[in-house]
Amino acid sequence: MLSPLYLLFVIVAVVFIWLLRQTVDVKPWVEQRSVESVPSGASFQVPAAKVGLGVFLAVATSLFALTVCAYFIRMMAGDWRTFVFPSVLWLNTGMLVLSDVAMRSARAAARRSEIERVRLGLAAVGLCSFAFLVGQFWAWQQLNASGFFGGAGAGGAIAASPANSFFYLFTALHGAHVLGGLWFWAATTSRAWRSTELARIRTSVELCTVYWRYLLLVWLVLLALLVPAVSELCRGRFLA
Amino acid sequence: MVAVAHDESAYAPPAEVEEVELHHPHTFIGKYVFSQDAKWIGIQYGVTALAIGLVGLLLSDLIRLQLGFPNAFSFINPSNYLQFVTMHGLIMVVYLLTALFLGGFGNYLIPLMIGARDMVFPIMNMLSYWLFLLAVLILVASFFVAGGPTGSGWTLYPPTAILPGTPGSNWGIILTLISLAVFIIGFTMGGLNYVVTVLQARTRGMTLMRLPLTVWGIFTATLLALLAFPALFVSALMMLLDRTLDTSFFMPALVLKGQHLEYGGGNPILFQHLFWYFGHPEVYIVALPAFGIASDLIATHARKSIFGYRMMVWAILIIGGLSFIVWAHHMFVSGMNVYFGFFFATTTLIIAIPTALKVYNWVLTLWRGNIHFTVPMLFAIGFVFIFVNGGLTGLYLGNVPVDVPLSHTLFVVAHFHMVMAVAPVLVFFGGIYHWYPKITGKMLDETMGKIHFWITFVGAYCVFFPMHYLGFLGVPRRYYAMDALRTIPESAQGLNAEISIAALTVATVQLLFIFNVIWSYFKGKPAGGNPWRATTLEWQTAHTPPEHGNFGEHLPVVYRWAYDYSVPGAKEDFIPQNQPPAGAAAASHG
Repeated sequence: MLSPLYLLFVIVAVVFIWLLRQTVDVKPWVEQRSVESVPSGASFQVPAAKVGLGVFLAVATSLFALTVCAYFIRMMAGDWRTFVFPSVLWLNTGMLVLSDVAMRSARAAARRSEIERVRLGLAAVGLCSFAFLVGQFWAWQQLNASGFFGGAGAGGAIAASPANSFFYLFTALHGAHVLGGLWFWAATTSRAWRSTELARIRTSVELCTVYWRYLLLVWLVLLALLVPAVSELCRGRFLA
Repeated sequence: MVAVAHDESAYAPPAEVEEVELHHPHTFIGKYVFSQDAKWIGIQYGVTALAIGLVGLLLSDLIRLQLGFPNAFSFINPSNYLQFVTMHGLIMVVYLLTALFLGGFGNYLIPLMIGARDMVFPIMNMLSYWLFLLAVLILVASFFVAGGPTGSGWTLYPPTAILPGTPGSNWGIILTLISLAVFIIGFTMGGLNYVVTVLQARTRGMTLMRLPLTVWGIFTATLLALLAFPALFVSALMMLLDRTLDTSFFMPALVLKGQHLEYGGGNPILFQHLFWYFGHPEVYIVALPAFGIASDLIATHARKSIFGYRMMVWAILIIGGLSFIVWAHHMFVSGMNVYFGFFFATTTLIIAIPTALKVYNWVLTLWRGNIHFTVPMLFAIGFVFIFVNGGLTGLYLGNVPVDVPLSHTLFVVAHFHMVMAVAPVLVFFGGIYHWYPKITGKMLDETMGKIHFWITFVGAYCVFFPMHYLGFLGVPRRYYAMDALRTIPESAQGLNAEISIAALTVATVQLLFIFNVIWSYFKGKPAGGNPWRATTLEWQTAHTPPEHGNFGEHLPVVYRWAYDYSVPGAKEDFIPQNQPPAGAAAASHG
C-alpha cells in the first residue's frame, strides 16, 4: 500500500533537485549572473530529439502503467480465469530480443563509423521486428482457433475471458508502439542507405536503440504478468 | 517597489546561439494550410477550438431553454436534452479549453516568449493540429449518425454509456471514444513539442527563472496532460472494446428486459478511477495556463513586477504535482474505504494552500500598482473574482460529509463552472485582447471590448451564483424535468428562468466579441510593435505580426526577468527582457 507513496516521494525529490540545479532557487529580480556565465538556453546538453524521446517514454510508461493497474484491479473479480498461453509467444519474445541485439550492434557499428555494418544491423532489426509483429498476430489467431472457449460472443476469443481481453489489449498497445518504432526505423534505414554522412545517422540509431530496449522491457513485463504462475501470485496477494 | 541591482560590469558581449534550420514553404498550401510555423498552427488551433466551442455554447443555450422554460420547446425531448448536456461538457472541457490554451496559446506564445525561432519538431506540430481537426470532425460526425451523439454525460460512465436505452449508445458513443483517442494522439505530438521546446530551445540568458509565468503555466499543464491523458486513452480503448467486441473490462453481469447480456464480471468503478485520474489533472491542465496568463496580464497592466515570482512558480509546480493524488474526490458517492475518503479529502484541501498563495500574490501585485483598466486587465481582475468564488465552493465539496448531500446537485455545476469554465474563459478573452495586437498588428476595439467584458462578467455571476442556492435546495443536475420532485419549492423555477435569461444574454454578447475580432482585423487601429509597453520577448520582435522565424537575423539575448516594470531610476516604466544594462548596450543583438 505504501510503496506507491515512496515512489512518489523519490520522483518528487528527483524533480526538486533537478529544478534547484536549473536555478529555480535564485531571485530573478536581483540575479547577478551575466549572460556569459549561462552556458546556453538548453536545460540538457543533448540534442532536442533525445529529450523528446525521453518525454515520450514517460508518456508511454504512464500508458502501460495505467493499463497494468487496470489489469490488477480487474483481476480481483470472481470471474477471473488463468490465461491460456499460446506457445508462439516464446518465439516472438526471442524475435524481440534478437531485434534488440541487432539494434545494439548497429549502434556499435555507427560509433565505429562502419556504415556497412550499420545497414546490416538495421536490416536485421527490421526483419526481427516484423517477425515479432507477425508472430503476435499469429498468437491472436491461435487463441481464436484454440476452441477452449465455447459460446464466446461477438468478439470471439477476446471476450472469452477477462485475461484474454487484457492479452489482446496489451499486445495491441505494445504492437502499436512497435509499429511507431518501425516508422522511425524506416526513416533511419533509408537515411543510412542513401548517405554515408554518419553524424545524423548515429543520432537516429542511438534513439532507435533506446526505444527498442524500452519496447523489449515493456514486453517482458507484460509477458511476465500474463504467465499463469505470476498472475495467480498477484491475484492471491490482492485478494488476501 | 523592487530595487533591481544588476551588476552592469558583469555583462560581456554574448556568444551566438546555435541557429536552427527552418522550413520555408513557397506555396499558399505550405504557408497557410499545412503550415509548420508554430504561430500559424496556434491560430489554426484557436480558430478550430473556437468554432467547436460555439457549438458547445449553443448546446448550453438549448439546455437552459429547457430548464428555464420546461416543455415550451417541442424540439427538446429527454433524449436530445441528455445529448446536449453530454456534448456541451465534452466539447467545452476537451475540445475548446484544452486545445485553446495548449494548442492555441501554447503554439503562438512559447517560441516567441522564450526567444526561439519555432517549435523543435515542426512537422509533428503540424500533424498535431490535423489530428485535432480530425478528432473534432469525428465528434461532429456523431451528431449526424443514427441515434445521434452519446447522451451518457461527459464522464461517459459505464455501464449506462454503452447500454441500449442511453441516447447515442449505438454509433454516438463509438465515434466519441474514437474522437477522444485521436485527440489524445494528436495532443501528445503537440505536447512533446511544447515541453521539449521550453526545455531545450530557450534563447541565451533565458534561465527557467526568467521565463514569463505564462510559459510556466503552459509548460506544467502540458506535463500534466502528457501524463494524465493516457488514462483517458486506455479507458476509451477498453470501453470501445466493451461496446464493440463484448469484452467485460467495465461491464458487470446485466439483465436487460429479462435477457442476460453477454457481459459479466467487469468493474464500472475501475472506469471511474481511470477517468478521474485523467479528469482531475484536466482541471489544472485548463487552470494552470490561465493562472500564468492572468499573472502576466495583471503585472503588465498594473505596471508592477509580479508579487512573489518564485512563490508563483513553486505554486504552479506543487499544484501540478498534487493534482495527481486527488482524483477520487470525484467519487465520494461511488463508495470507498473511509480511509481513502480521508486521504483524498486531505490532499484536496491541501491544494487550497498554493492556490490561495497565487490569489494573494495577484491581489498584492495590484496593490498600489499603476492599474490601467484596459480590457485585458478587466478580464484578468474578473478572473480573480470568479476564481476565488469557485475555489471557495471547492473547499465545501472537498469534504466528504458536505460533498455527499451536494453531489449531483446544481451546487456542483455552479462550482465547476465558476472555477474551470468561466474563470479560464475570462483569462482566454483577456489573453486575446492582450495578444491580438501582436497576432494581427491591429488593436481590438475597446468600447466593444468593455461591453463584452461587463455583460460576460456580470452575466456569468447571474448564471452561476444563484445555482448554488438551487443546489442547496436539492435541484439535481442533468434532469430534464423537475415535475416529479415534490421536495423542490416552486420558487426554484423562477430562479431557473432568471438563470436562463442571463445565460442567453451572455451567449449573445459573445457574437459581439466575434464581430470585434473580424471588424478590428480590417478596421482596427494600428497597434505598433508593443502597444502595452510590455517587457516580454514577443513584444520585441522586429515585425508585427512576427514573420516566420520570429526574430529576424539574430535571436534576442535575455538580460533580465520578465517583470521589470516601474524600476526606480529607469527611463521608462518597463525594461524589455532583451535590453542590456546601460554599460553593455553595444553587446546587444536583440
